[in-house]
Amino acid sequence: MPSHLDQLEARSIYILREAFACIEPLGMLWSIGKDSNALLWLARKAFFGRVPFPVIQLDTGMELPEVYEFRDRIARDWNLDLVVEQCPPEEEMDPTLPPASRSAARKTAGLKNVTERLGFRGLIAGIRRDEQATRAKERVFSPRSSDNAWDVREQPPELWDQYKTEFPDGTHVRIHPLLHWTELDIWRYSKREEIPIVPLYFAREGKRYRSLGEKNITLPVDSTASTIDEIIAELSETRTSERAGRTMDHEAEDAFERLRSSGYL
Amino acid sequence: MAETTEQAQPTRFRPADLRLVVVGHVDHGKSTLIGRLLHDTGSLPDGKLEELKAVSEKRGMPLEWSFVLDALQAERDQAVTIDITQIWLRTPRRDCVIIDAPGHREFLRNMVSGAASADAAALVVDASEGMREQSRRHAYLLNLLGLRQVVVAVNKMDLVDHDAARFDEVRRSVEDFLRDLGLRASAVVPVSARHGENLAGRAAAMPWYEGPTLLEALDRFEPSAAPVDRPLRLPIQDVYKFDHRRILVGRVETGVLRAGDQILFSPANRTARIATIEHWGPGEAPVEVKAGQTVGITLDEPLFVERGDVASHADHAPVLTNVFRASLFWIGRKPLLPGQALTLKLGTDRAAVTVQSIDRVVDTQTLGGGDADQVRTNEVCEVTLRSREMLALDEHSANPATGRCVLVDGFDTVAAGVINMRGYPDQRQLLTVKSTNIQEVDHLLNATARAWRNGHHGAVIWFTGLSGAGKSTLAMRAEQRLFQRGFQTYVLDGDNVRHGLNSDLGFAPADRAENIRRVGEVASLFANAGLIVITSFISPYRADRERVRKAAGSAFHEIYIKADLSVCEQRDPKGLYRKARAGVIPEFTGISAPYEPPESPELVVDTSRRSVEECLEDIMTYVEAHIALRTSDVA
Repeated sequence: MPSHLDQLEARSIYILREAFACIEPLGMLWSIGKDSNALLWLARKAFFGRVPFPVIQLDTGMELPEVYEFRDRIARDWNLDLVVEQCPPEEEMDPTLPPASRSAARKTAGLKNVTERLGFRGLIAGIRRDEQATRAKERVFSPRSSDNAWDVREQPPELWDQYKTEFPDGTHVRIHPLLHWTELDIWRYSKREEIPIVPLYFAREGKRYRSLGEKNITLPVDSTASTIDEIIAELSETRTSERAGRTMDHEAEDAFERLRSSGYL
Repeated sequence: MAETTEQAQPTRFRPADLRLVVVGHVDHGKSTLIGRLLHDTGSLPDGKLEELKAVSEKRGMPLEWSFVLDALQAERDQAVTIDITQIWLRTPRRDCVIIDAPGHREFLRNMVSGAASADAAALVVDASEGMREQSRRHAYLLNLLGLRQVVVAVNKMDLVDHDAARFDEVRRSVEDFLRDLGLRASAVVPVSARHGENLAGRAAAMPWYEGPTLLEALDRFEPSAAPVDRPLRLPIQDVYKFDHRRILVGRVETGVLRAGDQILFSPANRTARIATIEHWGPGEAPVEVKAGQTVGITLDEPLFVERGDVASHADHAPVLTNVFRASLFWIGRKPLLPGQALTLKLGTDRAAVTVQSIDRVVDTQTLGGGDADQVRTNEVCEVTLRSREMLALDEHSANPATGRCVLVDGFDTVAAGVINMRGYPDQRQLLTVKSTNIQEVDHLLNATARAWRNGHHGAVIWFTGLSGAGKSTLAMRAEQRLFQRGFQTYVLDGDNVRHGLNSDLGFAPADRAENIRRVGEVASLFANAGLIVITSFISPYRADRERVRKAAGSAFHEIYIKADLSVCEQRDPKGLYRKARAGVIPEFTGISAPYEPPESPELVVDTSRRSVEECLEDIMTYVEAHIALRTSDVA
């Protein structure tokens, strides 16, 4: 009987290969956080050591220095076709959004720009259902209109592993190979596979990042976990949600839904 | 500031090894039941309860448990679940993934998406309302999708004063309905979701109930076992040529695959041996891959294999067919009609199919069913589908993974289906025999290959007979019937050849002979291309028709559309007989020019003695016996 992690891995590899077989051109979003690093690793497994599509970082210039250092090292070591997309400035964002959401909206705008410029029909992203309630409603293959909008009322049925792979011109699809993973699954898998991790996840001076975002809108949490084993032990006890350190989630009841409906990951 | 967007997480690592879908009629309390169950099992994160209270208060309502799941604004505002959500429930035994499915009729396709991925189901039924339209339909669909582990929660017991007699009444009606479907509930539990009665803890208000709580019933379910005991099925997902290797990738759906195994690829019917199982990452390359695992393999010889092919062991191969039956759940927005062309997705394969017939539409309320000429949105039906190419598949009862399919119309998924082969043979044997006979030209297109793709031989069906005998009427009707049957067919008649190909010809005897010669040549080319061509020409001279027979060879089928001259003259559809009698048309077959009836036609249909419908039946019977690929060929 394959282990729980083997089953999760097999399903993700199947999804990645479906995307590669059915959709072109294809790109993968890489936030350099723990989930998208695991996703990148899964892609290397699926395609026997090479990632056969561009890997895109949406850069607001607000990432912590450790993130940039990690990005450049991994892109070089793993021979990635890295696209760094500079996101438009905050002044250009919808002024009616709450401040942290407005900051987050920069990524949506950057995503829209890079999608248009490189003409992607498919974008692979490392979101999980357990992260956040609107993400729990996502499909594995999730179509987006030309303005990146997510129509939650009209999502295509996903029967067994038959995904929607055909679209009219002007739309693209977000592919979510990690939707069925939990935060703990990611850590246990990262440990088993020895996947490189940005050091910010490990505690220093009683604080660590549990969810990694830009420095202006993400806060570290109290923690003494300085190894993956300690992180796993800590998560096994905690009753705080993963995104508690993400300020934009908490600005209004529907803040995150509004962001996601207009294209945010 | 309300913190509303977080979600419960498994707080201890135990594999989420059971996926449970919660279904039932709208407003029977599914979301409330899940919300309360999450709370009562300690599955909600800190602060969630306070947040729910705040959100409920803001809307001026008592604590609303369903807000745990109904995360979308529209869902909270209308108190309705629009889309499925997934959330983790901690039970004493495991972390269980709960799939909350919408109960509204218009969101049925979302419900089916949720149910298709589940191991078990909980059907929620309101104690005061009993079974309703969507309770029945959901139960039917669970069964169609192959879900066999079902628990029933009879909810809102507090609204019926926790009355044991009322519970028994509802329990019996639910059990009766499930029994008619062939399902048996593992337990029927009286609950009050709002008050948490008989969910995680026992209800003091219902001392008469001695069965398990809902949570205990859930912990008795088993996750679907990986089907390693069934024959090997590996649908090929892709072929990678990143370097010198040609790696075939896919997921083993059932069975076990080992390095060195001799593997049969269907539908091409070719075999090769597995040279290597490819591997990347820490650890050793496996020598064995089981159901549920993805794999990359290389072969000992360079076979042409592509996405959609199915790898198996030769002694337990999948069925090969180009026609099968399916029970469909139709979610298309437009009705399904016979003759409709759709795209079939079967494993990793895609194929063009036509709906040969709609055999039955099922009433999911009464479980009765009957003939229908169309299938509407959210109806369940049985259809016969025909593909042009040979497909490798299994009956759903033998292998669910390779015995289910979806149908796509344009950009949209319009149906989910499960396959059976009732009345249709496995065509592998015949295909194997045919392939052996034509080894030398294996790589070329030939009549056999075309016939197999089309499901029939190429043919020239030559209608001859007097003007007014009914040739055109029967030709058009026969063409329509053949098309609906999934056949490739076309009618050649005076209208479509006289305007183009033969526009240079008049009606003098020599021109008429040349007209028939050209039509004969074109028709036999069409037949070579695999089509069934029906021609509708008086073609009065035996010599002309014999020349066509020579050109088309065994594909030629002469059908004499017979009618007495007096009958034809009476019908006179184009008024030609009247003109001929008046001398306006100098040479008219039957009046002033001869008609030579066939001496030994393949079939005679007499339209002066039989109705159009009867004549059509005769023609269709002839086609089924002589032109269609028949089941008797296999024996």
